[in-house]
Amino acid sequence: MITRLLSGDRIGSRALAVILAGILFALAFAPYLFPGTRALDVAVKVCVFVLLVASYDLLLGYTGIVSFAHTMFFGIGGYGVAIALSRMDVGWAAVAAGTLAALALSLSLSFVIGLFSLRVKAIFFAMITLAVASFFQILASQLSGLTGGEDGLTFRVPELLRTRVTAYYLVFAVALALFLVLLRVVNSPFVRVLLSIRENEFRSEALGYRTVIYRTIANCLGALVATVAGVLYALWLRYNGPNTTLDFAIMIDLLLMVVIGGMGTMYGAVIGAAIFVVAQNYLQAGMKALAGTLKGVPLLPELFHPDRWLLWFGILFVLSVYYFPRGIVGQLRAKT
Amino acid sequence: MKNVDWKPPLLVLAVLLGALLLIGSPSTWVTLTVAGIAMGLLIFLMASGLTLVFGLMDVMNFAHGVFIAVGAYVTVSTMKFFAAAAGADSLWANLGALVPALLAAALAGGLLGLFFERVIIRPVYGQHLKQILITTGGLIVAEQLIHVIWGPDILQLPRPAALKGSFVIGDVALEKYRLSAVVIGLAVFAAMLLVLNRSKIGLLIRAGVENKEMVEAMGYRIRRLFVAVFAAGSALAGLGGALWGLYEQSITVHIGAQMLVLIFIVIIIDGLGSVLGCFTGALLVGLVANYVGFLSPVIALGSNLLLMVFVLLWRPQGLYAVGK
Repeated sequence: MITRLLSGDRIGSRALAVILAGILFALAFAPYLFPGTRALDVAVKVCVFVLLVASYDLLLGYTGIVSFAHTMFFGIGGYGVAIALSRMDVGWAAVAAGTLAALALSLSLSFVIGLFSLRVKAIFFAMITLAVASFFQILASQLSGLTGGEDGLTFRVPELLRTRVTAYYLVFAVALALFLVLLRVVNSPFVRVLLSIRENEFRSEALGYRTVIYRTIANCLGALVATVAGVLYALWLRYNGPNTTLDFAIMIDLLLMVVIGGMGTMYGAVIGAAIFVVAQNYLQAGMKALAGTLKGVPLLPELFHPDRWLLWFGILFVLSVYYFPRGIVGQLRAKT
Repeated sequence: MKNVDWKPPLLVLAVLLGALLLIGSPSTWVTLTVAGIAMGLLIFLMASGLTLVFGLMDVMNFAHGVFIAVGAYVTVSTMKFFAAAAGADSLWANLGALVPALLAAALAGGLLGLFFERVIIRPVYGQHLKQILITTGGLIVAEQLIHVIWGPDILQLPRPAALKGSFVIGDVALEKYRLSAVVIGLAVFAAMLLVLNRSKIGLLIRAGVENKEMVEAMGYRIRRLFVAVFAAGSALAGLGGALWGLYEQSITVHIGAQMLVLIFIVIIIDGLGSVLGCFTGALLVGLVANYVGFLSPVIALGSNLLLMVFVLLWRPQGLYAVGK
């Protein structure tokens, strides 16, 4: 039964299974285990980012292409519901309309980008997505009549979502369901082809697979899931703005989460997102204490300043690309 | 220079004339054109190293923006050190501050480039995916280290006294600083063409971009050449960052990442590894950014994206395709 739910995706390590079960348990009972608004915010962020990182891993780990436009699709989802809920009557119809419009926009954008730039080398794709994403970011802050500009949009949500616990479980359920769908996808024959393209594009082409088509489909799929993640996050925050979904810093965070958790495995997304989001919210307190004890030593307090936590994650990132390209999940699996 | 393909330069000319018709007022047009050329030349300074590095070794450095940012930050520190000279009301005293500042920026960029090549890029030659990841990681760490050294606030970078203000000829106002940026940019471009076309090293670099294996088979170590080009490109990026910082007059750590988008557009336009293409592409991007920024500010960056799509539809291999 569990194997079928996980689509037969091998966990491959007892320690990994325990950690995953622990994260699932913590997220499933988060409103009761960790009281307080801050803790619940962290739990929602973990759910949303698991989804976002998993969809990004479909591109980076399974397809072998680096996109810098993933937060753009995240943002499209957020803006979709935000614009719909602030212009239409507050209700599920508006949520559905916003979500569908956002999905349609993401689908067409990712299709065009993919078809235009996936014919050439991976490096072009990375450069072009970077350009497109930064254009979109400027567009979102310029079209202030529609998007609220730099301030973003604050909006009211349907009655049901106004209680925090229900809203949390909606986010959790959708994230879990979509994560299982992604697990199903990565264990399908379709992803076998993607993997073969990643390993040897020329040979796959010679075997008769249209590599552009496969990569473009993967690109669209990743974009759609990212859009849903954006919808969920905006519904929870009841706000969407450039800084919560479109910021380039989030793109960097995503890269860090995928690589540290483990590229090319969906479970890596869970672990990467959980570690990163928790560290982002709680590591700073630890660094503050450390910086306090180092007062008086030259340079060291600045290095351990709470705002510099990304420095340490950056170093961890570089080291893990060199030494543990399979991330935490790969390390755990190698042990058994 | 035989067999030069004149169509891309003609495209630049067409953009110039088209803008004149659209804008209408010649004085505004001259001001915008000077601004566009200055911006284009600065972008060229920052992009030229990256495009050669890519042409030579197939390495794409997503952390190139760091060299730009470091150049700008070093300039802030040097200008502060020579504050008296920079504020004095004499051109020579100003140059006494500006020249060391620019040299320090180029030196800092070059040294950082050497370090980067050795530590970050050398272990991942030939692996595009890892290159993108690792250089992005280098970008994160370097940006944070800039925060550690110079602090997280926006820094002001005032221009030297003699470069403030503008010349007014008739009803045309030309900013002094932009004109000097044009002069410096053209000087560097001329020097670069001289090195590339009239020296042995230049010959080897051009040959290496064209066909790396052949140059190696002739007994030249392309790796050493590559390290030299990487360091020189980083130094140029540092210089470009210094000049761009003075252009904008305020600096955040994101200055490099913002420029990187434009640089990428230029590199995609230019045909990867062609200096002439890079020059033309940078001018196009600078001019179009300024014209469209004046005509319709909302779509300023989008205009460059459209320019890129247009050029790629016209010449899918870039303006000056390098034979590969």
